Amino acid sequence: MPRKLLNVLLPAATGTLFIAAWYAVCFSLNEDNRFLLPTPGEVLGALRDNQDTLAHATLNTAEGALLGFALSAAVSFALALGLSLSSLVRVSLYPYLMILQMMPVIVFAPILVLWVGPGLKSVTIITFLICFFPLVVNTTQGLVSTDHNLVDLFKMYRATKWQEIFLLRVPAALPYFFTGLRIAAVLAPIGALVGDYTAGSSAGDGGGLGFQAIIYSSQAEYPALFATAAVTCVLGFILVAAVLALNWLALHQWHDSFERTDK
Amino acid sequence: MVEFRDVDKRYGNGPLVLERINFSAQPNDFIGLIGPSGCGKSTLLKLIAGLSPVTAGAIAIEGAAPATAANNLAFIFQEPTLLPWLTVAKNVEVPLRLRLASAAHRRETRKNALALVGLAGRENSYPRQLSGGQKMRVSIARALSIAPKLLLLDEPFGALDEITRGHLNEELLAIRQRQAWTAFFVTHSVAEAVFLSNRLFVLSANPGRLHRELRIDLPYPRTADTRQSRDYQQLVAEVSRLLRSVETIAA
Repeated sequence: MPRKLLNVLLPAATGTLFIAAWYAVCFSLNEDNRFLLPTPGEVLGALRDNQDTLAHATLNTAEGALLGFALSAAVSFALALGLSLSSLVRVSLYPYLMILQMMPVIVFAPILVLWVGPGLKSVTIITFLICFFPLVVNTTQGLVSTDHNLVDLFKMYRATKWQEIFLLRVPAALPYFFTGLRIAAVLAPIGALVGDYTAGSSAGDGGGLGFQAIIYSSQAEYPALFATAAVTCVLGFILVAAVLALNWLALHQWHDSFERTDK
Repeated sequence: MVEFRDVDKRYGNGPLVLERINFSAQPNDFIGLIGPSGCGKSTLLKLIAGLSPVTAGAIAIEGAAPATAANNLAFIFQEPTLLPWLTVAKNVEVPLRLRLASAAHRRETRKNALALVGLAGRENSYPRQLSGGQKMRVSIARALSIAPKLLLLDEPFGALDEITRGHLNEELLAIRQRQAWTAFFVTHSVAEAVFLSNRLFVLSANPGRLHRELRIDLPYPRTADTRQSRDYQQLVAEVSRLLRSVETIAA
């Protein structure tokens, strides 16, 4: 069988098997426990029944996720530039950045709500914090790992510091920056959801997916809860796809991670 | 053109890399530098380029210190050192862009330089679409774009296959017929050193010293036929013997 066909058929088969196994587990539960795991069909049904609520919540969460993600990308890029400029600054700050990366942002979510108020602001800040560290660490790494031969070349031609940064170090760091963006794109919707879970509930705009998860969970509407999770997945998928598209636009012509188109 | 007076060089507190180097290069000299590994050939180029300071002695390039002579000096590294995200055209324009030359001047210069190395028509390719030899040609074109008076080449063809290397040697000399520059060329290949140079410095190692200077009096222009001549082959044999004796001292 041609490889291309296999590439389509095999994942399709895995998906079908997974759904079949899901149904099998559902039907093997006894009558009393059936409510614990809704069938795929029931999840789809819940998705349809709650589509207006979920659509509204998705937009709210997407807004927080995007704002936090974009803010994080911009701030981390600027900070990484600062870190890359001076090894003294790097030595002073880098260890703490690594430690801060380990910090469980979710623990501080409740206090953040007190500081800046519930709703979009809190959600954006929490998303920002969760996306921030992989971005700043990857970008800094990229900015300081420029091929030293190319740095010598620039020195040779008496490039100014600014020329070295913007004509050499920044473009050379792009692949690292995009690696950071990809990780952050996966984290952003989760960050927004977590933020919303703790900080979105009392917002006047009806809250986001995290708030809906709390409601569905407390009302034992498990099919709708599963539907909420599925919608979050889709949101993450769209964000990652957008980053991959940008990555392709920026790198496909020259970077080795993309196959050669001609020789 | 380039003068070394009693130049010593060590890195930090390390051992002497170069000891009491004295020579005077005349305009249009093509000086080959050959010697065992660790004899400081590449260091010598870095000193000329002003990428590293001398420990003792003095270097003058047209009477000035290396750091101030940079405008007329181009370096061709062992690797092509192209910026992978730029097209061939943009890569060749890098030195002029760093000097804030006008777009028109950059375009004109780039066209001429690429024509010289036989890559007209590849302006829009990216480095990864080129072969090793083509990348090195772009690197040469980039160096030529600033119309250098002094060209420093650090084993530029070392990673290429023998045939490509031979072609590029011939092309380099052909370009030299049309542009006047003084060259310092580091290589491990005796054949290449003899083919290109009019003066050949044989260095010994630990510390690097100027062991012997040979005049290579084969007439320019040299072509593929030069390699068939008896004089050329005798010189290659002589330099090989000399190099073996130097390497025995080092060992």
